[in-house]
Amino acid sequence: MSFRAMSLGLAAATMLAGAALPAFAQDSIYVPLFTYRTGPFAGSGTFIADGMHDYLEMLNQRDGGIGGVKLVLEECETGYDTKKGVECYEAVKGKNPVVVNPWSTGITLPLIPRASVDKIPILSMAYGLSASARGDIFPWVFNPPATYWDGLSMIIKFIGEKEGGLDKLKGKKIGFIHLDAAFGKEPIPLLQELAKDIGFEVALYPVAAQDMQNQSSQWLSARRDRPDYMIMWGWGSMNGAAVKEAVRSGYPMDKFYAVWWPSEDDARSGGAGAKGFKELNWHAVGANFPAIQDIQKHVIDKGLSKASKDKVGEVLYNRGIYNSLLIAEGIAQAQKLTGKKVVTGEDVRRGMENIKLDAARLKELGLEGFTDQLVLSCNDHNGHRAAFMQEWDGTKWVKISNPIEPMTDRVKGQLDAAAKDYAEKNAGWPKRTEACDKAS
Amino acid sequence: MLYREAGQFKTNYVADSAIFPLREDRIGLGLIVLAAYALAFLGNSFLLQAVMIPFLVFSLAAIGLNILTGYTGLLSLGTGAFMGVGAYACYKLMTAFPGVNVIVWIFVSGFFSAAVGALFGLPSLRIKGFYLAVATLAAQFFLQWCFIRIPWLVNYNVSGALDAPLRTLFGIPIMGPNATPQTRYLLVLTIVILLTWLASNLVHGRIGRMWIAIRDMDLAAELMGIRPLQTKLLAFAVSSYYCGVAGALLVFLWYGGAEYDVFNINQSFFILFMVIIGGLGSLIGSFFGAALIFILPIVLGIVLPAALSPFGLSVGADVIEHLRFMIVGALIIFFLIVEPHGLARLWQIGKQKLLVWPFPY
Repeated sequence: MSFRAMSLGLAAATMLAGAALPAFAQDSIYVPLFTYRTGPFAGSGTFIADGMHDYLEMLNQRDGGIGGVKLVLEECETGYDTKKGVECYEAVKGKNPVVVNPWSTGITLPLIPRASVDKIPILSMAYGLSASARGDIFPWVFNPPATYWDGLSMIIKFIGEKEGGLDKLKGKKIGFIHLDAAFGKEPIPLLQELAKDIGFEVALYPVAAQDMQNQSSQWLSARRDRPDYMIMWGWGSMNGAAVKEAVRSGYPMDKFYAVWWPSEDDARSGGAGAKGFKELNWHAVGANFPAIQDIQKHVIDKGLSKASKDKVGEVLYNRGIYNSLLIAEGIAQAQKLTGKKVVTGEDVRRGMENIKLDAARLKELGLEGFTDQLVLSCNDHNGHRAAFMQEWDGTKWVKISNPIEPMTDRVKGQLDAAAKDYAEKNAGWPKRTEACDKAS
Repeated sequence: MLYREAGQFKTNYVADSAIFPLREDRIGLGLIVLAAYALAFLGNSFLLQAVMIPFLVFSLAAIGLNILTGYTGLLSLGTGAFMGVGAYACYKLMTAFPGVNVIVWIFVSGFFSAAVGALFGLPSLRIKGFYLAVATLAAQFFLQWCFIRIPWLVNYNVSGALDAPLRTLFGIPIMGPNATPQTRYLLVLTIVILLTWLASNLVHGRIGRMWIAIRDMDLAAELMGIRPLQTKLLAFAVSSYYCGVAGALLVFLWYGGAEYDVFNINQSFFILFMVIIGGLGSLIGSFFGAALIFILPIVLGIVLPAALSPFGLSVGADVIEHLRFMIVGALIIFFLIVEPHGLARLWQIGKQKLLVWPFPY
């Protein structure tokens, strides 16, 4: 009976696999990478995954890991799907990961309450729950270098400066096209508050995840409403489609702003008409940094990467590098603090709170001028760093502004209220018991 | 040899019409239930949290859809949304009345789902087959729209997400981040066993026969005195009840927090595939279907890298993902060709063969 044979074979294979699960040696640090190279968000996720993997692999190849301890990298494919993300988390939990990077706001949310129980820090770099910037309430969650609320306030500030002062925005209409999910809706409360205070009008254009590639109705409405500016909170194939539709509907591209997620490919999809499209960014593009040259030499040229050579240095690839830079720095700080070589999730949580990436440290890491400095502390898990605006010139991103500081005064109140609200709604939210280190 | 009818005499009608007339079946079922409970103490947290809890939740949802599609013959694409109604109702109820034990609310939330299901089942009296599927598709989109657009449903939470607060039973946390997979598994298992037992009694009794009569030929059923409207609406209500409870379990005892997107159209298809692969009109088929559609990819995810590594092939997570898709897809086609009536039918054939074994007749 073929079925019996088959099911027996399957069962036997399962058992074999269970027995053969790689046992991690005690002299390595396990870093799982949640990635998505498949599905509708792969267009963004692949670059990020390559950047994250290649930087850490470069440390392995060049320096033999961090502090002499090799990093064990393992990718888990989430497909940007919450179900698979949670499955990935369960799969890696038992292998003592030092940090998890969910790379999806949807996956981050269910993991936040678990972090303190499982003692695994979450690094949700510039995504996830904005309120988790408060280290005193969310000791296990980190979202540097800026929250979405910071990002929105920077865009509004930039537009305001262009108009000649924030008060000049009065009476203007700002369109907000966003992915209709927790991620895209996150900045709306702040946008509405700013609209009330400054006196501009807001038009919301939600794009449901299933209609990401078909935004004609949203842009048709935008054409009718004639917003003076458009701001986009998009991810995956939504960005490219939005640029394409904006060009097609004749929206003036120099008035179209996005948060830090559109990639070169997204802008390219608009063709020549996409010139003038702007987005926020907080790190350099391009590969002219010693560390990235090392990635070329030690990883790409050796065929250890999945990235093609010409994608190295693109904005999302470098974003992945930045993410891994934070992981590596967290581990390095943890080693320094504890004096141990092989650190645990608890140590890395302390390490992350002591991240101090100043110009000197960046130079030491071979990333001089790659990004603005970042200092995290016990209470501040975000940094609220400034970002700059970059513009698409038809072939590449060009930096067009100095760092724009977020409107901290406006964001802070919202942030504190949201953090308090979260802790209250989740009755029994644990008080922070983790001690703060002296340095922070 | 071991599994046979010979010698088991029935002396009354009740014993003869029992659901499990064979002693071996009863023993086997008892053993399975026992093993399921034992697993809570033997399995590791990955097995419980990432395999068994979701498997049970999806089985429950598949039972729900099976009642509607398999037993009553009404095709529905709104399963995901009905699960969502249960989850959101449970969230509202337990945050509004934190004093009442959450297990009560899990069961009560199903009634909200049942009411919504019955409402969207109204067109089923007039429309059938694919057209009804389209009508339930409307339910899917409308309800999903409600989940996004009505902030009241999530207590005006900024992130728009549901999250599981800490809840206890006899002082042991059963919900929220502090609840161990073990306690949550035991709770889910108990609820699923209870509801499966109830469903088994329903479908084998008068109501189930009414549903089957409607499915097989609604005109004849009507002529025999079965009221189509009530029967169909009852099927919608019961089916949605099961889906609603499954939805509440999914968010609060498995994920621990979720966005509206969990209850999208893909979820509906996911459950529908389980029902079709498992076997329409079979409770055990619901479990088989959930196992094949949900557990098989996980097993492949573990087996494939291990199976490929001896050949010196180290493949990335994305290739594994693609392979998973291809293998599961191929298996679905294979099973549908070999046994169009689903895995439950295979199980039945296997049992028949066992009854007569070792004789070929």
